[in-house]
Amino acid sequence: MANIISDETIEYVGILAKLELDEQEKERAKKDIGEMLDYIDKLNELDTSNVEPMSHVFPVKNVFREDVVENEDGRSQTLANAPECKEDSFVVPKTI
Amino acid sequence: MSLMSLTAVELGKKIRAKEVSVAEATQAALDAIAAKESSINSFVTVDAKGALERAAKIQAGIDDGSLTSPLAGVPVAIKDNMCTKGMLTTCSSKILGNFIPTYTSEAVVNLEKAGAVILGKTNMDEFAMGSTTETSAYGPTKNPWNTEHVPGGSSGGSCAAVAAEECPYALGSDTGGSIRQPSSFCGVTGIKPTYGTVSRYGLIAYGSSLDQIGPVAKDVTDCATVLETIASHDKKDSTSVKRDSYDFTSALKDDVKGMKIGIPRDYFGDGLDAEVRDAVMAAAKELEKKGAIVEEFDLSLVEYAIPAYYVIACAEASSNLARFDGVKYGYRTEEFNGLHNMYKKSRSEGFGTEVKRRIMLGSFVLSSGYYDAYYLKALRTKALIKQAFDKAFEKYDVILGPAAPTTAPRIGDSLSDPIKMYLGDIYTISVNLAGLPGISLPCGTDSKGLPIGLQLIGNCFEEKKIIRAAYAFEQTRDYVHSPMAD
Repeated sequence: MANIISDETIEYVGILAKLELDEQEKERAKKDIGEMLDYIDKLNELDTSNVEPMSHVFPVKNVFREDVVENEDGRSQTLANAPECKEDSFVVPKTI
Repeated sequence: MSLMSLTAVELGKKIRAKEVSVAEATQAALDAIAAKESSINSFVTVDAKGALERAAKIQAGIDDGSLTSPLAGVPVAIKDNMCTKGMLTTCSSKILGNFIPTYTSEAVVNLEKAGAVILGKTNMDEFAMGSTTETSAYGPTKNPWNTEHVPGGSSGGSCAAVAAEECPYALGSDTGGSIRQPSSFCGVTGIKPTYGTVSRYGLIAYGSSLDQIGPVAKDVTDCATVLETIASHDKKDSTSVKRDSYDFTSALKDDVKGMKIGIPRDYFGDGLDAEVRDAVMAAAKELEKKGAIVEEFDLSLVEYAIPAYYVIACAEASSNLARFDGVKYGYRTEEFNGLHNMYKKSRSEGFGTEVKRRIMLGSFVLSSGYYDAYYLKALRTKALIKQAFDKAFEKYDVILGPAAPTTAPRIGDSLSDPIKMYLGDIYTISVNLAGLPGISLPCGTDSKGLPIGLQLIGNCFEEKKIIRAAYAFEQTRDYVHSPMAD
């Protein structure tokens, strides 16, 4: 396997992805990501030095509209989906 | 014969002619679901009470002449990644196990306006990440042709529900083949439209630059009719394209005289099952007999589509799935220590293995130091793949090939080796990268009795050409009902 994923890399990706893996999952992730990257390295066979990256197949532009409220007041249904809410707010753990 | 063995358009005709009431049609679907779900598991949610209530309202609309669509009164199942107001929408994930949307996705709104009766939500690979419907948190869906085999994925629930005749048609979504590949495995017909044709508003995003909603049904006529109903320009989706025409049904003509059909030699190499190859080549012969000009050509770059896709789709997924954090909706872990620990534990407990794998890969390819080497490289490859298709469509009206290299694998065979599973999408994935429309329709069965799918690919906005070719081919064979049909 050409791509060796280190413990530090998996830790770092876990921070970026906001995922907490147990030891077994970490080992599996190292192996899986390494194998996927080996496979993805196939792209290096292609000379893309004069090719612009294409994020969308059609030219996309920002679409603007007037800032007018069109939807109904869905406050109570929206809050009903929250794991925890209080009055008109979402409750989150203390951050400071 | 059950009402569910009719096509959607046939059933719609009977309803409008008052031969069948909307309640009868809805009850027939609910009865079929009740009888078959224990062996197929194609639904996550069945809303029997709501469906019968809607049926009564729609009947009134048909009776007073306000509902005249060919789909008025016809029951439909919706893939569980499209938001439906007031109806559980899980994406087949534990993290959305209790999510009740406060609005309805635009494609479903368009169906509702036409008088469709929503039966419930179909099973899928978790967050549409998979090719077998085995990664669902609510158990795998089984293939109605042989319940020891997978239905394909990720729209496996929608395709199995249509094949098992639990409903006349369904909506699916296709990011890398998720409508066409399970349609192929289940012996039904499905269309992935040109990117931007059907609004993604309310579709829970996986790979936003690739996702498209499309129809799954028994035949090409139904698919064209449903596509005509769900396609619209929507200002709520900034990638929605304003098309010159939303007419697709006028292409339902048995006429391919002079149509130029290209068969990519690169689609018929290693890994393609011989029975699939023979059935697809026989389909090409049928079109040739009807006057199409069929020739082989080299598309090129086929083997680069899957690696480019996984970089792009996972990168977009890692960003799109950042919203699932246990604050505003969905699952929150029970015990935690501070905000960040709550995020991490909620996500780690709420997402399944394949979803975590793709989020991690996506986070990695977007991370500082790897962004150029992986993410930008994949976007440059995408540009080359688009160019290869542009060149092909200078010569051909339609590209013909298999939808998948094999028929449906056995349950459990694919998940152990992700790359092997990913290779199953080799013929469908590049179509998403290039934003093209594609259709998969049945063209035979293999020696195990499992369906084989023919794929027809068109240039952007040229759905009508693939619909016409598919319709012409369809006239050469009868629809084969699955053993789970009545």
